[in-house]
Amino acid sequence: MLNYLLNRLGQSLILLLLVSIIGFAVLNLAPGGPLSQFALTPGMTREAMDRIAHQMGLDRPLPIQYLDWIWRLLQGDWGKSYRDQQPVLQIISGHLFATLLLMGTSMVISILLGTWIGIRGATKRYSLFDYTTSVAAMVALSIPTFWFGMIAIYVFALRLKWLPAGSMYTIGNESFSDYAIHLVMPSLVLALVDIAVWSRYMRSATLEVINQDFIRTARAKGLSEGKVLMKHVVRNALIPMITLAGLQLPTILGGALVTETVFTWPGMGRLFLDSLGYHDYPVVMGLLMFSAILVLAGSLIADLFVAIADPRVRLG
Amino acid sequence: MSSATPALDVYEHPRWWKDRTLRRFMRNRLAVLGLVSITLLVLTCVFAPYVLPYDELFIDLRARFAPPFTGYHIFGTDPLGRDIAARLFNAGRVSLMVGFFAMLMSTALGTLIGIVAGYRGGIVGTVLMRIVDAFLSFPSIFLLLALAAFIKPSPFMITVIIALTSWMEVARIVNAEIRSLRERDFVLAARSLGYRSRTIMFKELLPNAIGPIIVAATLTVARAILLEAYVSFLGYGIQPPLPSWGNMLNGAQQYLDKAPWLAIVPGVAITLAVASFNFIGDGLRDALDVRSDTL
Repeated sequence: MLNYLLNRLGQSLILLLLVSIIGFAVLNLAPGGPLSQFALTPGMTREAMDRIAHQMGLDRPLPIQYLDWIWRLLQGDWGKSYRDQQPVLQIISGHLFATLLLMGTSMVISILLGTWIGIRGATKRYSLFDYTTSVAAMVALSIPTFWFGMIAIYVFALRLKWLPAGSMYTIGNESFSDYAIHLVMPSLVLALVDIAVWSRYMRSATLEVINQDFIRTARAKGLSEGKVLMKHVVRNALIPMITLAGLQLPTILGGALVTETVFTWPGMGRLFLDSLGYHDYPVVMGLLMFSAILVLAGSLIADLFVAIADPRVRLG
Repeated sequence: MSSATPALDVYEHPRWWKDRTLRRFMRNRLAVLGLVSITLLVLTCVFAPYVLPYDELFIDLRARFAPPFTGYHIFGTDPLGRDIAARLFNAGRVSLMVGFFAMLMSTALGTLIGIVAGYRGGIVGTVLMRIVDAFLSFPSIFLLLALAAFIKPSPFMITVIIALTSWMEVARIVNAEIRSLRERDFVLAARSLGYRSRTIMFKELLPNAIGPIIVAATLTVARAILLEAYVSFLGYGIQPPLPSWGNMLNGAQQYLDKAPWLAIVPGVAITLAVASFNFIGDGLRDALDVRSDTL
């Protein structure tokens, strides 16, 4: 178990290193690099630009610049926003809660609903339910999330007037129920793709377990069908789903970005787009790195849970 | 001693309509539906602009916000009075082309990296596949937008960056497939005949891994069309006045109450195209007998 964990941790660190190299490469793709913020300052001369470049250490070789950048990153110095000179890490953490709230709610919904649909589809294979949900899942995977959000706003906010069209709370009324009612539409819209993914994987995982010998044994020893399903089938089918939850993180995070745009949700996605609009590259790069770190941490935690839940991994 | 030639069991290659793969594909009704609908959509996008009474850039301020089915505007008009049908089909040309060429580029790149990583194995293979993992750690939309902000947003460059953010799945699939083929006898035979590794990789291994590659490529078209829609919707993709399905939706949200068809029409087209490719990919996976755990 310890060996497995150390091995897994080592892999994550290597990935983190590679991720940082990609991030640094993208950063240097920016037109004029980090200097671009000064390029439009009135009265800027070539010499002054060179001086700033020297002060910022941009005339040094790229590998040295990279090491310097990564060192400051590790110390929590992620640079300052061009827009308001606030530290990048502080701005990101200010938007973290809204995104985690949206993602968390949507993940709970999609896991519960997706698991249920998947198990039901597998146990009643080739039934009308199985057929309809399989086709619906495929269609759901083909709908652009932002478009689905717009249609939902049109139907439920503009026509039926059941739900608010956007933002996280009503100004002046920040009660729990107010948060909850604002959360309904964006979290369901974001969950749509994931429900589809979960139900498809859960269906095939369940089908795989159902045909194994130990299930026949469980039936043979006289367990009721419900007990076989809950105690043996579902428990075993859920283990690969933990890994899937980790693998799905980048998709959900990307989906959150788009969903937040449509629903004016004040999270990391909106921050990313606003910063992009202002050419605020330190924040953009900070968010890019931050999301990758979040994803790596998520998949590490998922593998940890798998190790706890699956004796084959724990003892192997 | 008889001089009659012995009857040989001559293997007759089955006619193409009796082909096992084709028959299995045709049995999948949804895949056939996908194939039919994408064919119709492509034909419409190619020919409709010649037939429609309006140009996609013709501005008619007297006909702003005309609802669908008014006069000759089948799908209505947009805030500038431009005909949505004309824009939709011209946009379809752009979006489908971006999707198709992004698929070609990302499949080529992914296949190349997957083959080299799978055949070489060892340290080269590990490093290459770790790079794939690292790219997959970024939410692709974040990476796509960050790149899009730094380049000149021409349709070609948008296609390139979409390809740059979608080759990883193909690489993984090809890598897994090549690893399972690497130790087979035909590879051993090729090696003992002294073939160069490049010949073994591209003349021996690649044709045997073509099934999973075709399936992955089909699903990549779907993915690339979606990514174009996302990035153009957010304003960093295909730039107006050139219409694309994504940028047609760009301003649609602010007129949602007044003119919902601005949002509905392009969204339906995107969903139809993406779903078609997804269903075709699913059908091909069954027909080509590709293990579903690799995809």
